[in-house]
Amino acid sequence: MTASVAVAADPLQPGVPEQAEAIHIENLHKRFGALEVLKGVSMSAKDGDVVAMIGGSGSGKSTFLRCINFLENPTSGVIRINGEDVKMVSDGHGGQVPANRRQIERIRSRLGMVFQNFNLWQHMTLIQNVIEVPVHVLGMKRDEAMAIGEQLLERVGLSAKRDVYPAYMSGGQQQRGAIARALAIQPRVMLFDEPTSALDPELVGEVLKVIADLAKEGRTMLLVTHEMKFAREVASHVMYLHNGIVEEEGPPEQLFGSPKSERLKQFIRTVS
Amino acid sequence: MADASIIPAGITGMFDLLSPVAPGWGANLLRGLVRSLQIAFGAFGMGLIIGTFGAYAKLYGGPIARDLAAIYTTLVRAIPELVMIILLYYAGTDLINRILEGMGYQRVDISGLVAGIVVLGFVQGAYATEVLRGAIKAIPQGEIEAARAYGMPPTLMMRRITLPAMLPHALPGLANLWLISTKDTALLAVVGFSELTLETRQAAGATKAYMTFYLAAGALYLLITLFSSVILEWVERRARRGMPSVKEAH
Repeated sequence: MTASVAVAADPLQPGVPEQAEAIHIENLHKRFGALEVLKGVSMSAKDGDVVAMIGGSGSGKSTFLRCINFLENPTSGVIRINGEDVKMVSDGHGGQVPANRRQIERIRSRLGMVFQNFNLWQHMTLIQNVIEVPVHVLGMKRDEAMAIGEQLLERVGLSAKRDVYPAYMSGGQQQRGAIARALAIQPRVMLFDEPTSALDPELVGEVLKVIADLAKEGRTMLLVTHEMKFAREVASHVMYLHNGIVEEEGPPEQLFGSPKSERLKQFIRTVS
Repeated sequence: MADASIIPAGITGMFDLLSPVAPGWGANLLRGLVRSLQIAFGAFGMGLIIGTFGAYAKLYGGPIARDLAAIYTTLVRAIPELVMIILLYYAGTDLINRILEGMGYQRVDISGLVAGIVVLGFVQGAYATEVLRGAIKAIPQGEIEAARAYGMPPTLMMRRITLPAMLPHALPGLANLWLISTKDTALLAVVGFSELTLETRQAAGATKAYMTFYLAAGALYLLITLFSSVILEWVERRARRGMPSVKEAH
């Protein structure tokens, strides 16, 4: 384990003054059989950064996000989370797998993942979903987790749905619930994987509003999205992926205001 | 006796025969029922444990675990249960004793109850493997992925997410297995284990009142099933409490 300033910094406080590096990724490659989805992507996010990843479908942006918490094992590359280098070993088939399961579990329990399809646990009520990881993975006391969970539900406007099962909630409510579940682990970084893509258009706004509030309070976030207008508003840094490489990146005004690459210009024209 | 008409005499005679006190055989039948239930519970429980391991081996295991599970389910489901029971009951106990003697220990008497549970549990396990495998596959994979994404270790994920999430999908199949388990105990009669069927046969043979005793045994088996249905329905309703009713969606 590589200890560093980042580990010492209080992970519960978003936007710590030192601006420690929360995520550092170098030259990430991901191959599915013959198909190379990521061809060397690098990025870095300091505490308080909001990095938006945009790109067409098949550009590799979701795969990149899923490599960060090892839902996909990257084929090669350096991944450093909270200043801790993730050790990988060869899987014997030309790929690599994490050397230490516990290290992965520790890292994952500090990354709040929000999925496109919400993925709330259907056999639990909303509040049970929210306290599940704090109580059973992080070892928090039930009362304490409950108190935090209730605050979070209030924040995402779902106090009334506390004891409701996900199947009885709208998509927008489920996604806000999923954001509360992610916040409950007091994450160092929030990861959003196209959080509004599965929602009916009239429900997108309520979810984006919650995410925008989080950005405003200085949460570190990595956001894969199709919502260009939203990315421009909340992101501090935007990366445009095309065919597994970063075609262009920079602050949102620059990227959207005066894109250099032809492809990005065309992409912005087609989606807006 | 001579004055009474034949039917009332038959009925009083029937009650006398089924009476739980001494000249009646009711106590024997009830003892057999209890033994049958013990075996059924034990075998079903053992089947669930084997089935859980089997399903995990088939779904997530390495090549060796997968092959072993496949051989097990194929063989057990291919061989008639009666053959399986006789084979395991005699050959199994003999094998254990040979091993014990080979290692320099005394032969042991394996209790009929334990042997019966193990034999039927081994058979149940093969069917349970398939029921549970199907149920686990029916869980939306995103829920499993969410558990992984939040750093749940495998055993915690199994206990908190996978097993409770698959339960509603598994229960109809498991309910079948439970009922089969209660009735398969009757097969143990062939190896001389005094469960309900063998007790019935003995009572009927001794009194020649075949109809009376076999009807009584049938009624007891029916009672087990009716009582089980009530419990199973309650369990299923509870397990499905997060799911909208199928009728509403129809």
